[in-house]
Amino acid sequence: MQTRKKPFREMPRGHSQTQTPHSLRCGSYHSTSTANMSKQFQFKLVLLGESAVGKSSLVLRFVKDQFDDYRESTIGAAFLTQTVTLEDQTTVKFEIWDTAGQERYKSLAPMYYRNANCAVVVYDITQTASLEKARTWIRELQRQADPSIVIALCGNKSDLSARRQVTEEEAKKYAEEEGLMWAETSAKTGEGVTEIFTAIAKKLPLTAPPSARAGGARPAGGAGSGVDLNRQSANAQGQNDACNC
Amino acid sequence: MDEEYDVIVLGTGLTECILSGLLSVEGKKVLHIDRNDYYGGDSASLNLTQLYRKFRPNEAPPSELGRDRDYAVDLIPKFIIASGELTKILVHTDVTRYLEFKQIAGSFVYRDGKISKVPSTEMEAVKSPLMGLFEKRRAKKFFEFLQGWKDDDPATHQGIDLDRDSMKTVYEKFGLEPGTQDFIGHAMALYLDDDYITKPARPTYDRIILYTSSMARYGKSPYIYPLYGLGELPQSFARLSAIYGGTYMLDKHIDEIVTDVDGKFVGVSSGGETVKAKQVIGDPSYFGAGSTSESGAIRVVEVGKVVRAICFLKHPIPGTDDSDSLQIIIPQNQVGRRNDIYIAMVSSTHNVCAKDIYVAIVSTIVETDKPELEIAPGLNLLGPIHEKFLSISPLYQPTTLGDQDNIFITRSYDATSHFETVVEDVQDIWKRVMGAELVLKKREVEVQE
Repeated sequence: MQTRKKPFREMPRGHSQTQTPHSLRCGSYHSTSTANMSKQFQFKLVLLGESAVGKSSLVLRFVKDQFDDYRESTIGAAFLTQTVTLEDQTTVKFEIWDTAGQERYKSLAPMYYRNANCAVVVYDITQTASLEKARTWIRELQRQADPSIVIALCGNKSDLSARRQVTEEEAKKYAEEEGLMWAETSAKTGEGVTEIFTAIAKKLPLTAPPSARAGGARPAGGAGSGVDLNRQSANAQGQNDACNC
Repeated sequence: MDEEYDVIVLGTGLTECILSGLLSVEGKKVLHIDRNDYYGGDSASLNLTQLYRKFRPNEAPPSELGRDRDYAVDLIPKFIIASGELTKILVHTDVTRYLEFKQIAGSFVYRDGKISKVPSTEMEAVKSPLMGLFEKRRAKKFFEFLQGWKDDDPATHQGIDLDRDSMKTVYEKFGLEPGTQDFIGHAMALYLDDDYITKPARPTYDRIILYTSSMARYGKSPYIYPLYGLGELPQSFARLSAIYGGTYMLDKHIDEIVTDVDGKFVGVSSGGETVKAKQVIGDPSYFGAGSTSESGAIRVVEVGKVVRAICFLKHPIPGTDDSDSLQIIIPQNQVGRRNDIYIAMVSSTHNVCAKDIYVAIVSTIVETDKPELEIAPGLNLLGPIHEKFLSISPLYQPTTLGDQDNIFITRSYDATSHFETVVEDVQDIWKRVMGAELVLKKREVEVQE
């Protein structure tokens, strides 16, 4: 097996304070002021699903507790993060990747799935076709993503249940068959949104392999061989360096 | 596809993706299309299935090579110079958040039948077999002169005018041997041939300073490399473009570039539909490159060929201290050629292949009608070659600037070992498309804690 990037990163609190945030990636790790034993995890979460099922709205509700009825197709939703604190004071930070519309013409890049720890696959309960599409995305995840990925199937727009086309039973049955988490949500009212992300946050640290847990550090941090492009080396100007040759 | 766009971009190579990303950030409405079902065009990194489909269409990848998804084999051998222009664009656009970089472990140069490491520390320099004791002293004086140069302080010039005097004059002033000149001009200034020697010394000075400052930045070599292969670079700029509203369509065949009676760009047609835009940018393959039956305007010309051999090894390259990644430069004089031979090697450390596989690409500019023989001095350094995929790629350039027809064509990826010329192409096309210099601004991003 090749040395892939660790499927998740765990940072005991002490660690995160001494370690300079690795600015190549978005992370800056705020440490909580709670017990020293608290643990911090960071996971990459990707959204999938047909256009207009409410992927971005779901994230907007989760991250900012907002909803916009006339939200345009995803523009500029670059990179969102949200931290969930569990009952045992473990904090789970989600690094959330939106499709940025690249799902529309089947043009999502392999980079999108790369090292994703969890995926929220969204369908619209008022559109039968969107569940079909969700199944396609789940097959794609099983093909492209890491086998340990946690997948949650999410039936959005539960506030529109009068126009429901997808029954709870049907979706739930499919989710059980495929071993997926499942919930219905409404980005508009907020119903079920925090719950599904919290459920993912609870499940992720448990499914993480023990080896990765023991490793602790970020893959490119510490003594690692990764490089930080944003780091301004004192020598970067070069003009006054003693030459090596 | 019924909307109208500001710019249609054809091909998702790195040059096109950087432009697409920057144009979208600037507020342009961009439609970006690729005929392939993967990102990257000629600068893609392929998995095994894609690699075999491209080079050996009738053969399935052997199972002993391991899992398909563990592979990301670059089609062009290039590294990123740590302090170079591409790094600046990566940082300024913040696409670094999608990428993770590692150093290339070493840079080597071939001299008198052996390969030696380009020294990256003073200790290595002292021990290096590349120069004799006295030559080291002369070289030290030469480098001290370069490092100490200040344009506004004539005392640092030692009688040399970088803008007038040739590099030959500078070499002679410090009494450097031909072998040392090869080393400096090819392994540090990264020139592919010797044409630079008779030209003013300034560009060579700039290149040496770029090399040494890049070397100083991370320590082992002047190069960095993205995990999972170079194909991550176009993907990350494509994502940037998409985030700023760019529309992406892969696996979409372009039937025709539609122009009006004056030859001005109107749109592109695909499957009976025509999408309109004010301007089009694309790689040469979308504008008649390689096709013999091109009717109408000749938009691109071939200016040379590059031969590249992608080699799978089951061992590190001999004589390199088992480096997990490296560049070897074989200066042309050392093997009686006009152009250098390059070897670029990466391995599972960079998540581009299965464990215990090493992917080396040997390349040079074609000078004869037997290109494979031309890279033999490079292939011979590799030891036993497990698999070899040979390609001979024409290099194309556009015939026009696009100012008349709004058609802006990028250049093929050249034989240089880095991306500096790619960025020059980006800057050049940007200027022609936008009518102003490319100024890198830090973009506003929504980052929530």
